[in-house]
Amino acid sequence: MSTVVLLLATGLGLGALYFLIASGLSLIFGLMDVLNFAHGAFLTVGGYAAWWASVHLPFAAGGGWGFLGAVAFGTAAGTAAAFLVELLAIRPLYGRHREQILVTVGLSLAVPALVQGIWGADPLTFPRPDIARGTVGVLGAAVPRDRLLLVAVAAAVLGGLLLFVRRTRYGLIVRAGVEDRAMVTALGIDVRKAFTLVFAIGGAAASLAGALGGLYFGVVTPTQGVSLLIFAFIVVVIGGTASITGCALASVAVAMIQQFANYYTVAGLGDIAVVAVLAAVLLTRQGGLTTRTAERVA
Amino acid sequence: MTEKPGAAAAAAEGGALPGEPLLRVRGLHVWIEGSHILQGVDLAVPASGVTALLGRNGVGKTTAVKAVLGLVPRTGEVLLEGRDITARPTHEITASGVGYVPEDRGVFNGLTVAENLRLAERPRGRPRYGLVHELFPELRKRAGQAAGTLSGGQQQMLAIGRALLNENRLLVVDEPTKGLAPRVVAEVADAVARAAAGVPVLLVEQNLALVRRVADEAVVLDAGRVVHTGPAAELLEDAERTRELLGVSRAHNAEEGEGR
Ligand SMILES: Nc1ncnc2c1ncn2[C@@H]1O[C@H](COP(=O)(O)OP(=O)(O)OP(=O)(O)O)[C@@H](O)[C@H]1O
Ligand SMILES: [Mg+2]
Repeated sequence: MSTVVLLLATGLGLGALYFLIASGLSLIFGLMDVLNFAHGAFLTVGGYAAWWASVHLPFAAGGGWGFLGAVAFGTAAGTAAAFLVELLAIRPLYGRHREQILVTVGLSLAVPALVQGIWGADPLTFPRPDIARGTVGVLGAAVPRDRLLLVAVAAAVLGGLLLFVRRTRYGLIVRAGVEDRAMVTALGIDVRKAFTLVFAIGGAAASLAGALGGLYFGVVTPTQGVSLLIFAFIVVVIGGTASITGCALASVAVAMIQQFANYYTVAGLGDIAVVAVLAAVLLTRQGGLTTRTAERVA
Repeated sequence: MTEKPGAAAAAAEGGALPGEPLLRVRGLHVWIEGSHILQGVDLAVPASGVTALLGRNGVGKTTAVKAVLGLVPRTGEVLLEGRDITARPTHEITASGVGYVPEDRGVFNGLTVAENLRLAERPRGRPRYGLVHELFPELRKRAGQAAGTLSGGQQQMLAIGRALLNENRLLVVDEPTKGLAPRVVAEVADAVARAAAGVPVLLVEQNLALVRRVADEAVVLDAGRVVHTGPAAELLEDAERTRELLGVSRAHNAEEGEGR
């Protein structure tokens, strides 16, 4: 029993990370058909910036509130990076999908290489704040607190994103733009502005995943972003593009399958199981788990 | 009837010269996937009344209005109130006061009726919900319904209502009565006629009864070129010419029913 609870908690924690990455990817692709391979780079930026802040900035050091400062710094850095990438690399290539893919793939390779050049390839120990130390007893299992923290943050981001797409003017533009971008512009709306915002929000969530991923894994490495990105793409395909709730469900599903398959079968089989599920979804449903997602954001 | 908003806007911005058409298109060419769809279209929409853009299926009417709005890549010249808007992106052209009802209606299925209308609100604009709900009470009744679940006629009302929400200086309407039952055709025709009293309209339409009722000028396209321009009534009087240009006879047209 306690093993199952532990696996569930770990799966949820990993699912939280997937969600933070995949939600942005899904909105970015849904609105502008941009496959953003650079999304993992924002995670790397977030993770390293948070780590760097915890070492060098007084307000971000220490195990108490300092952690919050480090995460905020990492997220801000990742968001800024996303904004710049959109402005300098994506926007000039508006509508040219092949070039956009080349540029974002280039960034996804360049950023980890740059990080590795500066700080080395070795994992850097990520400072663990007091609230994420130790365990909490849940149904007889000792669940690490960091898992719970991750899940709480991801749930808050989920709530925030749903509010954004359902309640705000830009959210309305995003939902409409996912359906028919040309018609939105024909109403006199500059969809690219909404896209810049969505891109930055996606970058913020991914870099938050980077900063918090340090907690989950205990370390930051140059290639964390790239490996998580692959699963995030799978989550987007399974959950349906531009569907926030579909994305959340698929994140949890993918993470759980991975955890349980890895534990109960041979380690490494979890990844294969996820790919098998992906294949099954692709073969049976076109729009992902949530139906008619092309028409519904939220 | 009422003061023309288009004229007021033009005066405020020192736009069109007197006698200058509201919209002027010169030498419009469109290529899509290697085929030459529009081959040098010239047309003008006067600053008042309805200008009908006519022609058989597939001659390029929809492409022409999309080209005016910058929704398809094109070459040539598009002048709105004397100003060259050819290089402007679509959202700037429409935000400057052009309402558009596309051929496929272009309502957002996943959004509610109210959200579809709200999306069309312009910053600093005064949305005319009163007018829209008066023309189409159904839209108020079904405010919370997803637009994708509306009937075709209701979707068309939403598309037209959305275009009428803002005060515009030009309204571009592409086949508003296409595929609608006679009763709905009448309702849509009334709305177009009512709108035309306040704003100049460029109307693509195959229903000649509606054209006869509302159109002042007619421009006929054939194979990507303008083949006739003149008063709409004059063209429709001439059954022989109408048949030659549009491939329909008055008798056939009468069978479709008067649009009221
Ligand atoms: N995206 C496209 N790809 C290929 N061909 C196109 C495309 N859009 C339009 N065409 C072609 O251009 C021509 C003109 O089409 P358009 O829709 O402008 O005609 P139309 O006059 O509006 O016809 P209808 O009365 O049937 O609406 C047609 O032959 C059509 O097949
Ligand atoms: Mg057409």
